Amino acid sequence: MDPAPGVLSGVANALAALMLLLEFGMLRQALIRDQVRLYATQSALISVLAVVIAADRGLPDLYALAVLSAALKVVAVPYVLRRLLPGSVMAREESSGVAGSYTLSPASAVLASIAAAAFGFFCLGSLHLGNTGGLAIAGAMIFVAFGLMIIRRDVASQAIGFFSLENAISLTALVVAAGLPLILETAFLFDLLVAVVVFGMLIRAHHAKARSLSTADLTRLRG
Amino acid sequence: MLLALVIVAFAAALACAVLPVRHAPAVTVTAAAATLGLVIALVPAAAHGTVAEVTYLRADAVSVTFLLATAFLYAAVAVYAVGYVRLEHGGDDRYARRFCVLFNLFAWSMLAAPLMSSLALLWIAVEVTTVVSALLVALEDTDAAAEAAWKYVLIASAGLGLALLGTIFAYYAGAQVLGEHFDLAFAPLIAAGARLPHAPVLLAFMLATLGYGTKVGLFPVHTWLPDAHSEAATPVSALLSGALLATSFYAVARFYQVAVATIGSAIPRDTLLAFGVASLLLASLYVLGQRDVKRLLAYSSVEHMGILAIGVSFGSPVALAGVLLQVMAHAAAKGSAFMGAGVFRVKYRTKEMPAMRGGLEILPWSGPLFLLAVFALSALPPSGIFRSEFEIVAGGLASGHDAAAAVLVILVTVAFFGLTASATSMLLTRPARSLGAAAAVERGEPSAWMVIPVLAGVAVLVVLGVHPPGELTMLIARGAAQLGGSP
Repeated sequence: MDPAPGVLSGVANALAALMLLLEFGMLRQALIRDQVRLYATQSALISVLAVVIAADRGLPDLYALAVLSAALKVVAVPYVLRRLLPGSVMAREESSGVAGSYTLSPASAVLASIAAAAFGFFCLGSLHLGNTGGLAIAGAMIFVAFGLMIIRRDVASQAIGFFSLENAISLTALVVAAGLPLILETAFLFDLLVAVVVFGMLIRAHHAKARSLSTADLTRLRG
Repeated sequence: MLLALVIVAFAAALACAVLPVRHAPAVTVTAAAATLGLVIALVPAAAHGTVAEVTYLRADAVSVTFLLATAFLYAAVAVYAVGYVRLEHGGDDRYARRFCVLFNLFAWSMLAAPLMSSLALLWIAVEVTTVVSALLVALEDTDAAAEAAWKYVLIASAGLGLALLGTIFAYYAGAQVLGEHFDLAFAPLIAAGARLPHAPVLLAFMLATLGYGTKVGLFPVHTWLPDAHSEAATPVSALLSGALLATSFYAVARFYQVAVATIGSAIPRDTLLAFGVASLLLASLYVLGQRDVKRLLAYSSVEHMGILAIGVSFGSPVALAGVLLQVMAHAAAKGSAFMGAGVFRVKYRTKEMPAMRGGLEILPWSGPLFLLAVFALSALPPSGIFRSEFEIVAGGLASGHDAAAAVLVILVTVAFFGLTASATSMLLTRPARSLGAAAAVERGEPSAWMVIPVLAGVAVLVVLGVHPPGELTMLIARGAAQLGGSP
């Protein structure tokens, strides 16, 4: 049997589990601004986790990464998203197609996501790489993020799903690749910012054409 | 020289953003021509060894092969776009400026990807290609383009998420042997292959194949491809199909090299064979039933990417040389075919093939050139694709993959029927004059800018098919040896 985790790795696992819970929160959340808030909270936890791992393993680069990541994901990305999402949509979300955008009933959606999370948890957990508990939770988060993109039928939730997928991958990187050079991590973060801006512009373009954020009418092109 | 390659297209994008819009076409064409010149100048050096001048920039025979394909299309499409933007969006300065800026940025990101020495930077470059090209698709400002752009950016980004996960596992594997400060450079990773832990490398390869495979257009993650290709502006479709798919395949090839060095060739080859055959099967059947000419060419791209995957899975030097030749020949053929189809679209104001009739009579240059490009795509001699597919099949037979080689030949033949039947219905029929004056289309080319690059593409195809230059043959041979596992 594995030895009991130390205090810091226990804290790391607890933070990862909280991030997974927030992921489920995003899946269930009906309002875009609340989804963005949950995303910002999840991103803040990533930064805290980076600090914990930096202290645990003596990696000073991770402190810088934590600050950069917080500046970008907790402040800049939510700001950009709020700026780029059409104001009229944020004000009248009931009619914009976000609240009721489930392809499954809410209960089935949560059950399906729990099943997906369990699958991801055991898949990555069985690899025994790095911090096994953290990696298993990251695996669960990846699958729930994919579930969010699949189950919700509106562009805002799908975009948030993608950004939280990126958070899940950041979590994976922290638990198995904490020593990744800072310059590469910074490049990843910058790239995320570019992606957020482009997603925001495409959401605007979609809203201008469809007068809604729902993707239910995107059925003309079938591969 | 590598630094210049990375700078030119980016500088052109900046110049297009700030200079008066009337200069943007000249800037773009000049930058593209300069880039092509730089890449050609790189060939002799890369044919004999690895070029590495600056940290994080590196070019070897494999990367220069992919660079040649991208740089040629960048130059050809830059010329074509001058005519296209004038005809389709004449007077719309806003569109012209945005198009030129994004077009140069797109080319820049595709040129940067094969020059990156690190798998992490390679991932970033491919992600940049996605977001920039999605904006280019959305630039068309139609309902369908907005829908295609959204599907494209979401599916491709989700795929690239998996590729990033693969990249992280590659780092984990590398850090076990090369130390924590390992910067994910793939050359040391391949060199240390035998000492790397197997499980993370296998996982990295699988995730990268599925993730980058989304952008390559491999079945079953190809679903964004026909939509984005058919709804984008024609110059963008040509670059997406001829250069972007290959650039993404380049990323798969790098992970393949690492995987072969670590876990041996059996699992990586079987994986690529399965993806390749499934993609080829799907595409060759879909090619048969298409009415939209750009969608037809898009499925033909899925077919060719499948052939590339099968070629790599054969693993013999002849097949790998065929794969590298196919990357270049496909860029020239698919670029020419899309550009030719774009002339038809401008002339007939539709993408529906049944409505395009009498192409040979109405378009005296573009008609025959489009026919030649489609024949080249269908691997008829003397095109470069005939040579490359011949090499791939010969390599497959030589390495004992008789059944896979036979399947390849059968499915390519099915696709041949689909492509040529559609093209001949557009070209060798009588013009639709009998339907009334309103439907009549006047004879004549819309713009010389849109003929010259297609002519160049067909010429390149003939050169590649009949007698590739000596340095190029050496480059391909060296690249094939590298893909096959030699340093």
